[in-house]
Amino acid sequence: MRVRLEGVSVTYRQAGAKLLALAPLTVDIPSGQFVAILGASGCGKSTLVRVVAGLQPATSGSVWLDEVRNTRPHPAVGMMFQDATLMGWRTVFDNIALPLELAGASHAAREARLRALLPMLGLEAWANAYPAMLSGGMAQRAALGRVLAQNPRLLLLDEPFGALDAFTREQLRLDLLALWRDMRQTVLMVTHDIHEAVFMADRLLVFSPRPGRLVADIAIDLPRPRQLDMVYDAEFGVYARAARAAMV
Amino acid sequence: MRVSFPITMSRSANTWTRRLAPLLTLVLVLAAWQLVFALRLYPTFLIPSPQMVWEKAAQVLRDGTLWAHLLATSEAMVWGLLWGVSIGTLLGYLIAKLPLAEVLLTPLIVAFQATPIVAYAPLLIIWFGSGMTSKVVTCAVIVFFPTLMNTVVGVRQIPPRLRDLMRALSATRWQTLCKLELPAILPVWLTGLKTSATLAVIGVVVGEFLSADRGLGHWVKLARSQYDTALVFVGVLTMTALALTFYSLVYLLEWRLLKWQRQSRSV
Repeated sequence: MRVRLEGVSVTYRQAGAKLLALAPLTVDIPSGQFVAILGASGCGKSTLVRVVAGLQPATSGSVWLDEVRNTRPHPAVGMMFQDATLMGWRTVFDNIALPLELAGASHAAREARLRALLPMLGLEAWANAYPAMLSGGMAQRAALGRVLAQNPRLLLLDEPFGALDAFTREQLRLDLLALWRDMRQTVLMVTHDIHEAVFMADRLLVFSPRPGRLVADIAIDLPRPRQLDMVYDAEFGVYARAARAAMV
Repeated sequence: MRVSFPITMSRSANTWTRRLAPLLTLVLVLAAWQLVFALRLYPTFLIPSPQMVWEKAAQVLRDGTLWAHLLATSEAMVWGLLWGVSIGTLLGYLIAKLPLAEVLLTPLIVAFQATPIVAYAPLLIIWFGSGMTSKVVTCAVIVFFPTLMNTVVGVRQIPPRLRDLMRALSATRWQTLCKLELPAILPVWLTGLKTSATLAVIGVVVGEFLSADRGLGHWVKLARSQYDTALVFVGVLTMTALALTFYSLVYLLEWRLLKWQRQSRSV
């Protein structure tokens, strides 16, 4: 799914004062691109993703998904949050199947979809478990499964690994990249981690803090599939340095 | 495996003491009661012996009077709970969702709740007559508040992220209600229902004290006016048993509905 933003800005009203969260942004993301939105916290990057998701209106400008102007939640757009936000009263299976259930899919259809999905996530053994029994990493996998269940053509990830420990985070990055290699959705991933951004993305959009303004648009030309030891390559360092320079 | 064995032992011993403790309390209370009676500290019409109460209970069980009053009170409780809990849940949901409803209803509800029910129950009896309706109304009035408060708290504590999720998935209002809001408030709502269930007896009995021709409240009032203290004891203990039964029923309901919490905890 192609994503086009035309002069999108967001202004909050706070106690009568106007607060610019996101300066007017124009950007064109071709279908299938993995884009990292990089910036310090409070730079409006989450706001940007929420606007694209149709969860909150832009103060000005417009969002175009595949040449259609979009202002509301879209069935082909999947959103994943920093914490897993699973429903405690639903099993892992029922949590992942939620989008299908809401769309009116039959039980058989849900079952078929999850039979394919659960092994990819490494969650077969946990299908009947409740979220409280899961580790942070597994809960986030389930959240990823829920997003993938709806077969999105655009994935919006709002700091999806932010709440995990370093090892789990690394593993999940690889898992997500492996899944993405097969499915090739467009991905917009918010992160404040330079390494994560360079490691995963085809393209970095770097934002300045308050108000969020696009300060750099960097194409990452590292080979795929990405390997963990790439971070020690000189080329990786060049990208990371460029991103850092743009941030400050 | 071998290590866990002694731990299991001590745990099971622990549950045994915990299970026997209430029984022990009961025995102690009965013993103290018997002692007070045996020492003849008070005349029998003030404190009858446990045995006298027991015999009275056996008698009213046999001749059916206890069942008749118990049935009348229970019936009023069930209706009072149904009305009170339904209205409490509905209003609680409205208050939690609509700021206007909160502003409009909160002062009214707090004032209503702060006024002692015994003070305005006579009014209810004037309005609704001395039959079933006024008992049900007093019960509903007293029962609805805990449900209302817990519904408000339950709806308010639903994580905003889960609401975002439902919106991102284009869920309809009805789907959000059935698949997010209702299951999410259920644990807190059931806690409120437990309080309501125990208050239901109070509500009905207040109504019956003031004016009724049947029911445990009416029965106790009658027994008291005849200085049949043993019968008063039987009546009051029946009310206790009734309250505990209703509480247990809700507890059972909770146990059935919140299986997921138990299974989540066991790991």
